[in-house]
Amino acid sequence: MLEQILLIQFLRQYGKNLLDNLDFENYDWELLIRQARRANLLSRIAVFLQKGDFLEKIPEKPRLHFLNAIQLANANARSAKYEVQQIYKTLHAENIDFVLLKGAAYIWANTDSAQGRLFSDTDIMVSKMDLDAAENTLITKGWFGEIFDDYKQRYYREWMHEIPPLQHLQRQTTLDVHHTIIPPTSRLKPKPKKLWDHADALENMSGLFVLSPVDMILHSATHLFHEGEFNQGLRDISDLDLLLRQFIVPNNLWELLLVRAIELNLERPLYYALNYTQHILHTPIPDSYIAESAKLGNLNTLQTRFMNSLFLRALAPNHSSCKVSGLGIASWLLYVRSHWLRMPIHLLIPHLTRKSWMQFTGKSTR
Amino acid sequence: MCNFKFKSGELSVSLQTSMSTVKQHCELVYKHFPSPKETDFVDFHVSVNPVKGYRRWLRPQVQFSFDGYEPFAPLPIEQAPAFFEWGLNWCIANNTNQYLIIHAAIVEKNGYGVLLPGTPGSGKSTLCAALVCQGWRLLSDEMALLSITDGLIYPAPRPISLKNQSIQIIKQFSSEAVFGDIIPDTTKGNIAYMCAPKVSVISQMIPVVPAFIVFPHYRANSETKLTPLAKSRAFMTLAENAFNFNILGSVGFEVMADLIDKVECYDFSYPDLISALNGINDIVAKHEKE
Repeated sequence: MLEQILLIQFLRQYGKNLLDNLDFENYDWELLIRQARRANLLSRIAVFLQKGDFLEKIPEKPRLHFLNAIQLANANARSAKYEVQQIYKTLHAENIDFVLLKGAAYIWANTDSAQGRLFSDTDIMVSKMDLDAAENTLITKGWFGEIFDDYKQRYYREWMHEIPPLQHLQRQTTLDVHHTIIPPTSRLKPKPKKLWDHADALENMSGLFVLSPVDMILHSATHLFHEGEFNQGLRDISDLDLLLRQFIVPNNLWELLLVRAIELNLERPLYYALNYTQHILHTPIPDSYIAESAKLGNLNTLQTRFMNSLFLRALAPNHSSCKVSGLGIASWLLYVRSHWLRMPIHLLIPHLTRKSWMQFTGKSTR
Repeated sequence: MCNFKFKSGELSVSLQTSMSTVKQHCELVYKHFPSPKETDFVDFHVSVNPVKGYRRWLRPQVQFSFDGYEPFAPLPIEQAPAFFEWGLNWCIANNTNQYLIIHAAIVEKNGYGVLLPGTPGSGKSTLCAALVCQGWRLLSDEMALLSITDGLIYPAPRPISLKNQSIQIIKQFSSEAVFGDIIPDTTKGNIAYMCAPKVSVISQMIPVVPAFIVFPHYRANSETKLTPLAKSRAFMTLAENAFNFNILGSVGFEVMADLIDKVECYDFSYPDLISALNGINDIVAKHEKE
């Protein structure tokens, strides 16, 4: 199924360093561009092609789309840097330390996963102790809450790992302020202090951190496999693939990754990350470690088979040329699962009931 | 389901729609446009279709999709043809950074490209439609595509969108202009699309050298007045009217500076269409004499 998807073939070839084998004149660039754009990976593959000096070999029409995508990525990185500088100015003045997460962290730490990475929201983490002070000082500098609904306010403040999103009044940019990486009501309970203890300080920016590379991988895995939003799933798999190849593969640090997953209680997301990056993008991960992580995650064969049938559907690009049977039901099950993982049942049932009623009456959309 | 393909300048479009109103719109306004060959690269795969779901019985709506991505909320079903045009504008504005894209009408006569940047109410589209009816070549009524590599403006002709009273004004001005049906009650009021003249479509692969930038201002009961505009002012105003000035970064700055350097810039206020047309024709005629 996945083997037939051109975008996946392309990413695998890149991973094996075999892009120069492409028939640049006759390759189906149009299909590749369509699938990649839909998966939010167009800028990334454009950067891959640029790095290998292949752009000149590509016919003009598709080449223009790649150049366009590179410009978008450059503009995105530029504004992400500016945005973080503004946040830093505001929080540093109050002596509030913070950790950059996801896209903004990749850009500032200049990881391989920053290549062609597009994102619109900036995600940061402050310690729970600083949360109120951070929110108050950000509000005085122009970041305002977008959510006024009482129920949603409570939903974020009582159950979530972040406060309701803030939006900057002038720049219209969105800022998510977290105090941990996963909702406190979840079954998994990584301790934020452990993340802080390993965080890397950024040069010349005292008080500004990124997660350690290993924690970045575990966070990316947790985010993908526990949030239930798979519309950018393949992009996230590609992030994981690039992070693993940059930080773990060269020195075979698999043992370290497993140990850290145990420390943070993130064994299951790690298993999924290792299993699906290897399966989908052929990331060079020793099978023994995948088996080990499945054991640590307490998953039996039946469970992994069932999850495979869901995830492999949801992680294909959501483009008309890659439609797989059963995607609808798989997405629905994963959506329900993400809530199941996020909240205990006595919170979950009233929450989902209310959500469906709001959608049915047209008062809100998912 | 019908698949409609056409080329607007350098850009190829493939539209899927099940709606007869959209099909009729395209058959009328894109009649003279060439179709890409089966093997040609298609830049934009878009679709315009009714929204499914139980609410369609109460309030039928239409959705625009750019190859599966839906950048807008659905609109009332009557607005389907306009939704296609707006959606395609969005696709071009967000995906053609080989150009600095300026929100302006661009027309050409005797090799002189005239940019008419549009603030709402300036009369840009009306003026553009009238000039085109007089034989000026239409490159675009909405987006001037200024190449970042050669500084020329590339055509992407499309039907001209006219609003409210402008529809009647242009119908009276030219008996030859061909219009689609009026689409009532859009966010921009009533709108109708005027077909691009066949000659503009035939020459749609030929770029022009920008020669003049004229900022039109419609002011009832005023005098016609053409005032040279300081280049610094023109630069700033045009930068605010460029869709992708920020995305292009320093390249956008350089390209805009080159453009402003080589053109003449004017503010132009006019009380009615005829004096506006005379004024713009005079700018070119005067330049040709010199």
